[in-house]
Amino acid sequence: MSFVAEPIANLIQEFSKLPGIGPKSAQRLVYYLLRNSNEEVKALAEAILELKEKIRLCSICFNITDCDPCVICQDKERDHSKICVVEEPSDIPPLERTGKYRGMYHVLHGTINPSQGIAPEQLRINELLSRLQDGSVSEVILATNPNLEGETTALYLRRVLAPLHVHISRLARGLPFGGELEYADDVTLAQALESRREF
Amino acid sequence: MTSPHTYQAQAIVIKQTKIGEADKVVTLYTLEFGKLKAVAKGACRPGSKLGGNVEPPNYCVVMLAKGRNLDIITQSQTMDGFLRVKGDLWCISCSTYILELVDAFTTEGSPNQPLFELLLDALKNLSLSDGDETVLRYFELHLLQHLGYRPQLRRCVVCNSPLKLGVNFFSPGQGGALCSGCNHEEFASHPISIDALKVLRLWQDCDYATASRVKMSAKLSSELRLLMQKYITYLLQREVKSMAWLEELKRGFGVDSNRGVH
Repeated sequence: MSFVAEPIANLIQEFSKLPGIGPKSAQRLVYYLLRNSNEEVKALAEAILELKEKIRLCSICFNITDCDPCVICQDKERDHSKICVVEEPSDIPPLERTGKYRGMYHVLHGTINPSQGIAPEQLRINELLSRLQDGSVSEVILATNPNLEGETTALYLRRVLAPLHVHISRLARGLPFGGELEYADDVTLAQALESRREF
Repeated sequence: MTSPHTYQAQAIVIKQTKIGEADKVVTLYTLEFGKLKAVAKGACRPGSKLGGNVEPPNYCVVMLAKGRNLDIITQSQTMDGFLRVKGDLWCISCSTYILELVDAFTTEGSPNQPLFELLLDALKNLSLSDGDETVLRYFELHLLQHLGYRPQLRRCVVCNSPLKLGVNFFSPGQGGALCSGCNHEEFASHPISIDALKVLRLWQDCDYATASRVKMSAKLSSELRLLMQKYITYLLQREVKSMAWLEELKRGFGVDSNRGVH
Protein backbone atom coordinates (compact mmCIF):
# COMPACT_ATOMS: atom_id res chain seq x y z
CA MET A 1 0.00 0.00 0.00
CA SER A 2 1.40 3.38 -1.00
CA PHE A 3 1.18 6.29 1.45
CA VAL A 4 1.35 8.97 -1.24
CA ALA A 5 -1.07 9.72 -4.04
CA GLU A 6 -0.20 8.10 -7.36
CA PRO A 7 0.49 11.38 -9.29
CA ILE A 8 2.97 12.40 -6.59
CA ALA A 9 4.68 9.00 -6.59
CA ASN A 10 4.90 9.08 -10.41
CA LEU A 11 6.50 12.51 -10.49
CA ILE A 12 8.94 11.59 -7.71
CA GLN A 13 9.95 8.56 -9.78
CA GLU A 14 10.44 10.69 -12.92
CA PHE A 15 12.50 13.34 -11.10
CA SER A 16 14.67 10.61 -9.55
CA LYS A 17 15.82 9.66 -13.05
CA LEU A 18 17.51 13.05 -13.49
CA PRO A 19 21.27 13.26 -12.89
CA GLY A 20 22.19 14.23 -9.32
CA ILE A 21 18.60 13.89 -8.07
CA GLY A 22 17.97 11.22 -5.45
CA PRO A 23 14.57 10.16 -4.11
CA LYS A 24 14.67 12.73 -1.28
CA SER A 25 15.51 15.65 -3.59
CA ALA A 26 12.83 14.45 -6.00
CA GLN A 27 10.29 14.44 -3.17
CA ARG A 28 11.28 17.99 -2.19
CA LEU A 29 10.87 19.21 -5.79
CA VAL A 30 7.44 17.60 -6.11
CA TYR A 31 6.14 19.19 -2.88
CA TYR A 32 7.59 22.51 -3.99
CA LEU A 33 5.67 22.26 -7.29
CA LEU A 34 2.48 21.38 -5.39
CA ARG A 35 2.75 24.65 -3.49
CA ASN A 36 3.28 26.65 -6.73
CA SER A 37 0.48 28.28 -8.70
CA ASN A 38 -1.11 26.45 -11.64
CA GLU A 39 0.44 28.93 -14.11
CA GLU A 40 3.96 28.38 -12.88
CA VAL A 41 3.64 24.60 -13.04
CA LYS A 42 2.09 24.83 -16.50
CA ALA A 43 4.96 27.05 -17.70
CA LEU A 44 7.48 24.47 -16.47
CA ALA A 45 5.64 21.58 -18.15
CA GLU A 46 5.40 23.53 -21.41
CA ALA A 47 9.08 24.46 -21.31
CA ILE A 48 9.98 20.76 -20.94
CA LEU A 49 7.69 19.75 -23.81
CA GLU A 50 8.98 22.58 -26.01
CA LEU A 51 12.52 21.39 -25.40
CA LYS A 52 11.86 18.08 -27.09
CA GLU A 53 9.56 19.45 -29.78
CA LYS A 54 11.64 22.39 -30.98
CA ILE A 55 15.25 21.44 -30.32
CA ARG A 56 17.08 19.62 -33.11
CA LEU A 57 20.56 19.42 -34.56
CA CYS A 58 21.78 22.05 -37.00
CA SER A 59 22.20 20.33 -40.38
CA ILE A 60 25.52 22.14 -40.95
CA CYS A 61 27.44 22.22 -37.67
CA PHE A 62 25.37 19.71 -35.60
CA ASN A 63 25.03 22.12 -32.70
CA ILE A 64 21.72 21.88 -30.84
CA THR A 65 19.36 24.58 -32.08
CA ASP A 66 15.73 25.59 -32.41
CA CYS A 67 16.18 26.78 -36.01
CA ASP A 68 17.96 25.06 -38.87
CA PRO A 69 20.60 26.24 -39.79
CA CYS A 70 21.51 27.53 -36.33
CA VAL A 71 22.06 31.25 -35.62
CA ILE A 72 25.84 30.87 -35.89
CA CYS A 73 25.70 29.13 -39.29
CA GLN A 74 23.19 31.73 -40.55
CA ASP A 75 25.28 34.71 -39.46
CA LYS A 76 26.80 36.33 -42.58
CA GLU A 77 29.04 38.54 -40.43
CA ARG A 78 31.00 35.56 -39.13
CA ASP A 79 34.11 34.15 -40.79
CA HIS A 80 32.91 31.10 -42.75
CA SER A 81 36.46 30.14 -43.72
CA LYS A 82 37.29 28.94 -40.19
CA ILE A 83 35.78 25.91 -38.47
CA CYS A 84 36.36 25.17 -34.81
CA VAL A 85 35.83 21.45 -34.06
CA VAL A 86 34.45 20.72 -30.58
CA GLU A 87 33.39 17.53 -28.80
CA GLU A 88 29.99 18.56 -27.46
CA PRO A 89 27.45 21.39 -27.94
CA SER A 90 28.25 22.50 -24.36
CA ASP A 91 31.79 23.42 -25.51
CA ILE A 92 30.52 26.25 -27.74
CA PRO A 93 29.18 28.74 -25.13
CA PRO A 94 32.53 29.05 -23.27
CA LEU A 95 34.34 29.72 -26.57
CA GLU A 96 31.69 32.28 -27.55
CA ARG A 97 31.98 34.01 -24.17
CA THR A 98 35.63 34.81 -24.87
CA GLY A 99 34.51 37.07 -27.75
CA LYS A 100 37.78 36.17 -29.53
CA TYR A 101 36.39 33.80 -32.11
CA ARG A 102 34.04 34.79 -34.92
CA GLY A 103 34.27 31.69 -37.11
CA MET A 104 32.05 28.63 -37.50
CA TYR A 105 31.81 25.44 -35.41
CA HIS A 106 31.48 21.72 -35.94
CA VAL A 107 30.23 19.47 -33.14
CA LEU A 108 31.50 15.87 -33.19
CA HIS A 109 29.11 14.61 -30.47
CA GLY A 110 31.75 12.59 -28.67
CA THR A 111 35.35 11.47 -28.97
CA ILE A 112 37.10 8.40 -30.28
CA ASN A 113 37.28 6.05 -27.31
CA PRO A 114 38.74 2.69 -28.33
CA SER A 115 38.27 1.05 -24.93
CA GLN A 116 34.55 1.94 -25.00
CA GLY A 117 34.25 0.83 -28.63
CA ILE A 118 33.52 4.37 -29.91
CA ALA A 119 34.95 4.59 -33.43
CA PRO A 120 35.15 7.60 -35.83
CA GLU A 121 32.08 6.36 -37.74
CA GLN A 122 29.95 7.06 -34.68
CA LEU A 123 31.03 10.72 -34.63
CA ARG A 124 30.23 13.53 -37.08
CA ILE A 125 33.62 13.25 -38.80
CA ASN A 126 32.33 12.38 -42.30
CA GLU A 127 30.05 15.42 -42.12
CA LEU A 128 33.09 17.58 -41.28
CA LEU A 129 34.96 16.18 -44.29
CA SER A 130 31.95 16.98 -46.50
CA ARG A 131 32.00 20.59 -45.28
CA LEU A 132 35.61 20.89 -46.39
CA GLN A 133 35.11 19.52 -49.91
CA ASP A 134 34.28 22.83 -51.66
CA GLY A 135 37.58 24.44 -50.63
CA SER A 136 35.96 27.48 -48.98
CA VAL A 137 37.39 26.61 -45.56
CA SER A 138 40.99 27.68 -44.98
CA GLU A 139 41.47 26.69 -41.32
CA VAL A 140 40.23 23.95 -39.01
CA ILE A 141 40.81 24.57 -35.31
CA LEU A 142 40.83 21.37 -33.24
CA ALA A 143 39.31 22.19 -29.85
CA THR A 144 38.91 18.69 -28.39
CA ASN A 145 39.59 18.29 -24.67
CA PRO A 146 43.24 17.85 -23.67
CA ASN A 147 42.83 14.29 -22.38
CA LEU A 148 43.57 10.81 -23.78
CA GLU A 149 40.35 10.55 -25.83
CA GLY A 150 40.44 14.18 -26.98
CA GLU A 151 44.06 13.78 -28.03
CA THR A 152 43.33 10.53 -29.91
CA THR A 153 40.50 12.29 -31.75
CA ALA A 154 42.66 15.32 -32.61
CA LEU A 155 45.51 13.12 -33.88
CA TYR A 156 43.06 11.10 -35.97
CA LEU A 157 41.48 14.26 -37.41
CA ARG A 158 44.93 15.58 -38.29
CA ARG A 159 45.53 12.45 -40.35
CA VAL A 160 42.22 12.45 -42.21
CA LEU A 161 42.35 16.21 -42.85
CA ALA A 162 45.95 16.20 -44.10
CA PRO A 163 45.10 15.29 -47.74
CA LEU A 164 42.61 18.19 -47.94
CA HIS A 165 45.41 20.80 -47.70
CA VAL A 166 43.60 22.88 -45.11
CA HIS A 167 45.48 24.70 -42.34
CA ILE A 168 45.01 22.68 -39.12
CA SER A 169 45.55 24.27 -35.72
CA ARG A 170 45.04 23.06 -32.16
CA LEU A 171 44.00 25.10 -29.12
CA ALA A 172 47.15 26.08 -27.23
CA ARG A 173 47.92 24.34 -23.96
CA GLY A 174 49.58 26.08 -21.11
CA LEU A 175 49.29 27.21 -17.55
CA PRO A 176 45.81 28.21 -16.41
CA PHE A 177 45.25 31.70 -15.02
CA GLY A 178 45.37 31.41 -11.22
CA GLY A 179 47.28 28.11 -11.40
CA GLU A 180 50.70 27.38 -9.92
CA LEU A 181 53.78 26.23 -11.80
CA GLU A 182 54.68 23.80 -9.03
CA TYR A 183 51.49 21.78 -9.55
CA ALA A 184 51.51 21.77 -13.35
CA ASP A 185 51.89 18.36 -15.00
CA ASP A 186 54.71 17.51 -17.43
CA VAL A 187 52.62 17.65 -20.61
CA THR A 188 51.18 21.08 -19.81
CA LEU A 189 54.56 22.49 -18.82
CA ALA A 190 56.35 21.05 -21.85
CA GLN A 191 53.74 22.47 -24.19
CA ALA A 192 53.64 25.80 -22.39
CA LEU A 193 57.40 26.04 -22.94
CA GLU A 194 57.17 24.97 -26.57
CA SER A 195 54.47 27.52 -27.39
CA ARG A 196 55.97 30.42 -25.37
CA ARG A 197 55.57 33.85 -26.95
CA GLU A 198 57.42 37.12 -27.17
CA PHE A 199 56.47 39.24 -24.14
CA MET B 1 45.78 0.70 16.67
CA THR B 2 44.05 2.25 13.68
CA SER B 3 45.45 2.22 10.15
CA PRO B 4 46.85 5.56 8.92
CA HIS B 5 44.41 7.96 7.34
CA THR B 6 46.63 8.72 4.35
CA TYR B 7 48.96 6.56 2.32
CA GLN B 8 51.22 6.86 -0.69
CA ALA B 9 51.51 4.70 -3.80
CA GLN B 10 53.38 4.48 -7.08
CA ALA B 11 50.71 4.26 -9.73
CA ILE B 12 49.99 4.11 -13.43
CA VAL B 13 46.71 5.73 -14.38
CA ILE B 14 44.73 3.21 -16.42
CA LYS B 15 41.31 4.81 -16.72
CA GLN B 16 39.22 7.76 -15.63
CA THR B 17 35.53 8.48 -15.62
CA LYS B 18 33.92 11.83 -15.00
CA ILE B 19 31.47 12.02 -12.11
CA GLY B 20 29.41 14.97 -10.97
CA GLU B 21 30.36 18.50 -12.01
CA ALA B 22 34.14 18.40 -12.01
CA ASP B 23 35.29 15.19 -10.29
CA LYS B 24 36.82 12.06 -11.76
CA VAL B 25 36.95 8.44 -10.64
CA VAL B 26 40.47 7.36 -11.52
CA THR B 27 41.46 3.71 -11.89
CA LEU B 28 45.09 3.24 -10.89
CA TYR B 29 47.38 0.25 -11.13
CA THR B 30 49.64 0.62 -8.13
CA LEU B 31 52.84 -1.12 -7.16
CA GLU B 32 51.79 -1.54 -3.54
CA PHE B 33 48.06 -2.37 -3.73
CA GLY B 34 47.37 -3.54 -7.28
CA LYS B 35 44.36 -2.03 -9.00
CA LEU B 36 42.40 0.57 -7.07
CA LYS B 37 39.80 3.21 -7.79
CA ALA B 38 40.00 6.65 -6.22
CA VAL B 39 38.31 10.02 -6.59
CA ALA B 40 40.20 13.03 -7.95
CA LYS B 41 38.13 15.96 -6.75
CA GLY B 42 37.87 18.95 -9.07
CA ALA B 43 40.19 17.27 -11.62
CA CYS B 44 38.10 18.52 -14.59
CA ARG B 45 38.68 22.18 -13.71
CA PRO B 46 41.45 23.89 -15.70
CA GLY B 47 43.20 25.18 -12.58
CA SER B 48 43.18 21.84 -10.77
CA LYS B 49 46.52 20.70 -9.38
CA LEU B 50 45.43 17.10 -10.03
CA GLY B 51 43.96 17.42 -13.55
CA GLY B 52 46.91 16.71 -15.85
CA ASN B 53 48.63 14.53 -13.25
CA VAL B 54 45.94 11.85 -13.25
CA GLU B 55 45.62 11.43 -17.03
CA PRO B 56 46.17 7.95 -18.49
CA PRO B 57 48.80 6.58 -19.04
CA ASN B 58 50.81 8.72 -16.59
CA TYR B 59 53.19 7.09 -14.14
CA CYS B 60 52.88 9.04 -10.91
CA VAL B 61 53.30 9.00 -7.17
CA VAL B 62 49.95 9.61 -5.51
CA MET B 63 48.94 10.44 -1.97
CA LEU B 64 45.55 9.00 -1.05
CA ALA B 65 43.24 9.59 1.88
CA LYS B 66 40.86 6.91 3.12
CA GLY B 67 37.31 7.68 2.06
CA ARG B 68 33.98 6.17 3.06
CA ASN B 69 33.50 4.35 -0.25
CA LEU B 70 36.35 5.28 -2.55
CA ASP B 71 39.66 6.72 -1.40
CA ILE B 72 40.50 10.28 -2.38
CA ILE B 73 43.58 11.39 -4.30
CA THR B 74 44.97 14.37 -2.42
CA GLN B 75 48.28 14.82 -4.29
CA SER B 76 49.80 13.50 -7.48
CA GLN B 77 53.30 13.98 -8.82
CA THR B 78 53.91 12.80 -12.39
CA MET B 79 57.10 10.76 -12.75
CA ASP B 80 56.68 10.08 -16.46
CA GLY B 81 53.96 11.61 -18.63
CA PHE B 82 54.99 9.61 -21.75
CA LEU B 83 54.98 12.70 -23.95
CA ARG B 84 56.07 10.85 -27.08
CA VAL B 85 53.26 8.33 -26.66
CA LYS B 86 50.68 11.10 -26.31
CA GLY B 87 51.87 12.87 -29.44
CA ASP B 88 51.44 9.96 -31.86
CA LEU B 89 48.15 8.39 -32.94
CA TRP B 90 49.51 4.84 -33.18
CA CYS B 91 51.40 4.99 -29.88
CA ILE B 92 48.50 6.56 -27.98
CA SER B 93 46.20 3.84 -29.35
CA CYS B 94 48.68 1.09 -28.36
CA SER B 95 48.82 2.53 -24.85
CA THR B 96 45.00 2.49 -24.69
CA TYR B 97 45.10 -1.20 -25.66
CA ILE B 98 47.72 -2.02 -23.01
CA LEU B 99 45.73 -0.19 -20.31
CA GLU B 100 42.50 -1.90 -21.34
CA LEU B 101 44.20 -5.29 -21.05
CA VAL B 102 45.42 -4.51 -17.52
CA ASP B 103 41.99 -3.24 -16.51
CA ALA B 104 40.27 -6.32 -17.95
CA PHE B 105 42.61 -8.93 -16.45
CA THR B 106 43.09 -7.54 -12.94
CA THR B 107 40.82 -7.20 -9.94
CA GLU B 108 41.06 -4.66 -7.14
CA GLY B 109 43.20 -5.41 -4.12
CA SER B 110 45.60 -7.97 -5.61
CA PRO B 111 49.08 -6.44 -5.78
CA ASN B 112 51.40 -7.86 -8.42
CA GLN B 113 54.82 -6.20 -8.50
CA PRO B 114 56.12 -7.94 -11.65
CA LEU B 115 52.96 -6.92 -13.49
CA PHE B 116 53.38 -3.29 -12.41
CA GLU B 117 56.98 -3.33 -13.65
CA LEU B 118 55.94 -4.98 -16.91
CA LEU B 119 53.30 -2.31 -17.50
CA LEU B 120 55.71 0.52 -16.78
CA ASP B 121 58.37 -1.01 -19.05
CA ALA B 122 55.82 -1.54 -21.84
CA LEU B 123 54.82 2.14 -21.78
CA LYS B 124 58.48 3.21 -21.75
CA ASN B 125 59.34 0.83 -24.60
CA LEU B 126 56.36 2.05 -26.58
CA SER B 127 57.71 5.55 -26.27
CA LEU B 128 61.31 4.57 -27.13
CA SER B 129 60.46 2.25 -30.03
CA ASP B 130 57.93 4.61 -31.66
CA GLY B 131 55.19 1.99 -31.40
CA ASP B 132 56.93 -1.23 -32.44
CA GLU B 133 54.30 -4.01 -32.33
CA THR B 134 56.77 -6.30 -30.55
CA VAL B 135 56.04 -4.20 -27.43
CA LEU B 136 52.40 -5.29 -27.60
CA ARG B 137 53.10 -8.98 -28.22
CA TYR B 138 55.78 -9.12 -25.51
CA PHE B 139 53.43 -7.35 -23.10
CA GLU B 140 50.52 -9.70 -23.85
CA LEU B 141 52.65 -12.80 -23.40
CA HIS B 142 54.19 -11.66 -20.11
CA LEU B 143 50.94 -10.21 -18.75
CA LEU B 144 49.36 -13.64 -19.13
CA GLN B 145 52.45 -15.23 -17.60
CA HIS B 146 52.25 -13.01 -14.49
CA LEU B 147 48.57 -13.86 -14.10
CA GLY B 148 49.09 -17.63 -14.35
CA TYR B 149 48.13 -18.14 -18.00
CA ARG B 150 51.59 -18.87 -19.44
CA PRO B 151 50.96 -20.98 -22.54
CA GLN B 152 52.76 -24.33 -22.81
CA LEU B 153 54.72 -24.10 -26.06
CA ARG B 154 57.48 -26.69 -25.76
CA ARG B 155 55.49 -29.91 -25.45
CA CYS B 156 52.06 -31.05 -26.55
CA VAL B 157 49.59 -30.18 -23.78
CA VAL B 158 47.75 -33.49 -24.29
CA CYS B 159 50.41 -36.19 -24.80
CA ASN B 160 53.39 -34.25 -23.37
CA SER B 161 55.62 -35.27 -26.28
CA PRO B 162 58.04 -32.68 -27.72
CA LEU B 163 56.56 -30.77 -30.65
CA LYS B 164 57.92 -31.71 -34.07
CA LEU B 165 58.87 -29.52 -37.00
CA GLY B 166 56.00 -28.64 -39.35
CA VAL B 167 52.54 -27.39 -38.53
CA ASN B 168 51.34 -27.79 -34.96
CA PHE B 169 48.23 -26.34 -33.35
CA PHE B 170 47.42 -23.89 -30.58
CA SER B 171 44.41 -24.42 -28.38
CA PRO B 172 43.32 -21.41 -26.25
CA GLY B 173 41.12 -23.71 -24.16
CA GLN B 174 43.96 -26.14 -23.40
CA GLY B 175 46.39 -23.27 -22.79
CA GLY B 176 49.12 -24.34 -25.20
CA ALA B 177 50.31 -26.15 -28.28
CA LEU B 178 49.06 -29.48 -29.57
CA CYS B 179 50.90 -31.89 -31.83
CA SER B 180 49.19 -32.84 -35.09
CA GLY B 181 48.36 -36.29 -33.65
CA CYS B 182 46.46 -34.90 -30.65
CA ASN B 183 44.68 -32.09 -32.45
CA HIS B 184 40.94 -32.59 -32.32
CA GLU B 185 37.92 -30.52 -33.35
CA GLU B 186 36.71 -30.18 -29.76
CA PHE B 187 39.90 -28.25 -28.78
CA ALA B 188 38.91 -25.35 -31.14
CA SER B 189 42.59 -25.04 -32.06
CA HIS B 190 44.38 -22.91 -34.66
CA PRO B 191 47.39 -23.90 -36.77
CA ILE B 192 50.68 -22.45 -35.52
CA SER B 193 53.83 -22.34 -37.63
CA ILE B 194 57.16 -23.52 -36.24
CA ASP B 195 58.55 -19.97 -36.61
CA ALA B 196 55.73 -18.56 -34.48
CA LEU B 197 56.39 -21.23 -31.86
CA LYS B 198 60.10 -20.43 -31.83
CA VAL B 199 59.52 -16.67 -31.43
CA LEU B 200 56.97 -17.15 -28.63
CA ARG B 201 59.27 -19.60 -26.81
CA LEU B 202 62.12 -17.12 -26.99
CA TRP B 203 59.96 -14.20 -25.85
CA GLN B 204 58.60 -16.19 -22.89
CA ASP B 205 62.02 -16.35 -21.27
CA CYS B 206 63.98 -13.33 -22.50
CA ASP B 207 63.97 -9.64 -21.64
CA TYR B 208 62.43 -7.01 -23.94
CA ALA B 209 65.82 -5.88 -25.30
CA THR B 210 66.43 -9.38 -26.68
CA ALA B 211 62.83 -9.76 -27.87
CA SER B 212 62.99 -6.51 -29.83
CA ARG B 213 65.98 -7.76 -31.84
CA VAL B 214 63.89 -10.47 -33.52
CA LYS B 215 63.23 -9.51 -37.13
CA MET B 216 59.95 -10.82 -38.46
CA SER B 217 58.12 -10.95 -41.76
CA ALA B 218 54.71 -9.25 -41.98
CA LYS B 219 53.14 -12.72 -42.24
CA LEU B 220 54.73 -13.98 -39.02
CA SER B 221 53.90 -10.74 -37.20
CA SER B 222 50.27 -11.07 -38.28
CA GLU B 223 50.17 -14.76 -37.22
CA LEU B 224 51.42 -13.90 -33.74
CA ARG B 225 48.93 -11.03 -33.42
CA LEU B 226 45.97 -13.24 -34.34
CA LEU B 227 47.15 -16.05 -32.10
CA MET B 228 47.48 -13.83 -29.03
CA GLN B 229 44.17 -12.14 -29.87
CA LYS B 230 42.39 -15.52 -29.89
CA TYR B 231 44.00 -16.60 -26.62
CA ILE B 232 43.10 -13.32 -24.89
CA THR B 233 39.53 -13.37 -26.24
CA TYR B 234 39.15 -16.94 -24.93
CA LEU B 235 40.45 -16.02 -21.46
CA LEU B 236 38.33 -12.87 -21.16
CA GLN B 237 35.32 -14.41 -22.91
CA ARG B 238 34.98 -11.16 -24.84
CA GLU B 239 36.83 -9.08 -27.41
CA VAL B 240 39.26 -6.37 -26.32
CA LYS B 241 37.60 -3.27 -27.80
CA SER B 242 40.77 -1.29 -28.50
CA MET B 243 42.17 -4.15 -30.60
CA ALA B 244 39.49 -3.42 -33.21
CA TRP B 245 40.65 0.21 -33.23
CA LEU B 246 44.29 -0.82 -33.78
CA GLU B 247 43.18 -3.00 -36.70
CA GLU B 248 41.18 -0.11 -38.14
CA LEU B 249 44.16 2.23 -37.90
CA LYS B 250 46.31 -0.26 -39.77
CA ARG B 251 43.74 -0.73 -42.51
CA GLY B 252 43.20 3.00 -42.85
CA PHE B 253 46.75 4.27 -42.72
CA GLY B 254 48.98 1.40 -43.90
CA VAL B 255 51.30 -0.84 -41.96
CA ASP B 256 54.76 -2.36 -42.09
CA SER B 257 56.04 -5.46 -40.30
CA ASN B 258 57.18 -3.71 -37.14
CA ARG B 259 55.68 -0.30 -36.61
CA GLY B 260 51.91 0.00 -36.88
CA VAL B 261 51.05 3.24 -38.67
CA HIS B 262 53.42 5.31 -40.79
